[in-house]
Amino acid sequence: MNLKPETLQKIDEVITHYPVKRSAALPLLHLVQEDQGHVSPAAIEWIAGKLELQPINVYELVTFYPMFRQQPAGRRHIKVCRTLSCALAGSHQVCAELERQFDCHTGETSADGAVTIEFVECLASCGSGPVVMIDEELHEQVDVAKARTLAAQLKQPAAGRQP
Amino acid sequence: MPHPAERRLIFRHIDEPGYTADLPCYLRHGGYEALKKAVARKPEELVDEVKKSGLRGRGGAGFPCGVKWTLVDRRSGKPIYLIVNADESEPGTFKDRHIIHQDPHQLIEGIMIACWANQVKQAYIYIRGEFPKGARILEQAIAEARAQRLVGPGILGTGYSCEIYVHRGAGAYICGEETGLIESLEGKRPYPRIKPPYFPAVLGLYQCPTIVNNVETLCHVRHIAEMGGEAFARIGTPNNTGTRLLCVSGQVQRPGYYEVESGRITMGQLLHDLCGGPRPGRTFKAVIPGGSSSKILRFGERFKIKRKDGTTADWGVEDIPMDFDSLAACGSMGGSGGVIVLDDSADMVAALANLNAFYAHESCGQCTPCREGSLWMKKITARMVHGDARPGDGELLKNVADQIAGRTVCPFGEACAWPTQSFVLKFGEEFKNYAETKKARPADGLELI
Ligand SMILES: Cc1cc2nc3c(=O)[nH]c(=O)nc-3n(C[C@H](O)[C@H](O)[C@H](O)COP(=O)(O)O)c2cc1C
Ligand code: SF4
Ligand code: FES
Repeated sequence: MNLKPETLQKIDEVITHYPVKRSAALPLLHLVQEDQGHVSPAAIEWIAGKLELQPINVYELVTFYPMFRQQPAGRRHIKVCRTLSCALAGSHQVCAELERQFDCHTGETSADGAVTIEFVECLASCGSGPVVMIDEELHEQVDVAKARTLAAQLKQPAAGRQP
Repeated sequence: MPHPAERRLIFRHIDEPGYTADLPCYLRHGGYEALKKAVARKPEELVDEVKKSGLRGRGGAGFPCGVKWTLVDRRSGKPIYLIVNADESEPGTFKDRHIIHQDPHQLIEGIMIACWANQVKQAYIYIRGEFPKGARILEQAIAEARAQRLVGPGILGTGYSCEIYVHRGAGAYICGEETGLIESLEGKRPYPRIKPPYFPAVLGLYQCPTIVNNVETLCHVRHIAEMGGEAFARIGTPNNTGTRLLCVSGQVQRPGYYEVESGRITMGQLLHDLCGGPRPGRTFKAVIPGGSSSKILRFGERFKIKRKDGTTADWGVEDIPMDFDSLAACGSMGGSGGVIVLDDSADMVAALANLNAFYAHESCGQCTPCREGSLWMKKITARMVHGDARPGDGELLKNVADQIAGRTVCPFGEACAWPTQSFVLKFGEEFKNYAETKKARPADGLELI
């Protein structure tokens, strides 16, 4: 495990937030995933050791909570909202357009590793749907035309993962 | 600009040009004065104010907040925890996001007042994982408040100390259910706990007495501390006091958030006056009034209501006052305040299939009826939409749903059964003749599943 010093510092700080170490499992998984891009078997062992748990106690979280991934994602992570209000505003068409643009199915990463596309459940922005989250940025009222513009921006050479 | 029919209390400064999320701005607008007033009073007096206010929880169940606070076990000798439910995951709901992003100090002030009233020394804000920016905004706001002795050790020169930490979820809807949330905060899978014995007020976080309140509820607490419980109770209608944040989405001209006095406007006023009515050339067909789990209402149906005082009413959907009791009297609920509108172009089977896919994805899997039933309801409705609808499907769906509700550990069982039960009950014809109606429907290219 080669975690950045800042990550290690944050990990030690966050553990102090709880009277019981195990509570820090989700925060540690987030920090490790942000640092490494995904949660590897080694990371699971490391977190378990840090919190005095068995690896299975951490592994069962990774397999339950949708936001944790065991494989690296693309450089940019696109999440399109699938749920009713966004669907009524056309999110299925938006998702299909993004799949076409990147030649990549939902739930997968494009062959060049540029993007991962996911079709996710309600992102709590139903009044301005369809909504699309790209990394941490929320885009509202994304119709097919706007999806194409977003895709074009993502395809520019400088569009690496934002810090 | 707020609509003239709105009454903005919590959203007073939302979208106001120049209003920012930082502490100096909040202080310029009278921020933390309510907390100063509160810590000068006895904690019991504040619990009393909240009781007098009649405030009901805004997370979904509408449970009286003052009563919840009185149920807390204060004799156990164990610490009391406060958990702020910022999971905001009920489809159709998007109010807490705006509070967190635009006015985080209002929430923090509400939390600190609630903590003082209940002598809580440690609060956690459980925020859904998909709000990474919201989490950072809250952390920043807590740090600012801490630097001014509004949070942390010895607040406002008193001997009272209280910490707030932000805890991020990771994409699971069931973490919004209070006991699932507690398990998640303990670092486990969010499998809801069975009640009894695990009432949070007695055996909550780390088996200690715990209060779980929604973001909006705690913001109301701030206003109650400022104006007093009696003044708050004069807003809205009896038993449905205060204002309510309503989130409107779906097939309507002006979707968005609106803050209104509870029960002082009807569904018709909300959808026509505030939201601008149906889209051009369309008429309203149905509305889901309180988040995706609440039972759907069909335009054209009549509700014959008998009130507690013996008076009666005969309402159409447009006439229903927007409050907990009236929506419950019509067989649905106010829930989380998420109003989802469907117009005459909507394919009801496809809409239900969309919701069923949500519930099948989000069931935690602990109880067989919920895990299997939610999956079957998804499969049946998806099969119907994808070209293999059978005349008996409506009854089959109802049958599955009826075997979930009431037979599970947590209310998710009802939450996933109610859409199917109500869609099939109210749009039975559409389910029965789906194969034909689908063929007759003009192709609009809109896919829902
Ligand atoms: C399946 C399910 C999901 C829920 N999701 C949320 C949620 O996202 N946010 C919330 O505040 N309450 C949610 N609740 C309600 C909570 O369990 C709890 O009643 C509420 O947070 C209490 O706060 P209040 O009394 O202030 O409303 C959910 C309940 C269920 C059964
Ligand atoms: S009802 Fe569903 S979500 Fe609730 S505990 Fe049972 S399986 Fe889990
Ligand atoms: S349905 Fe898409 S954000 Fe809620």
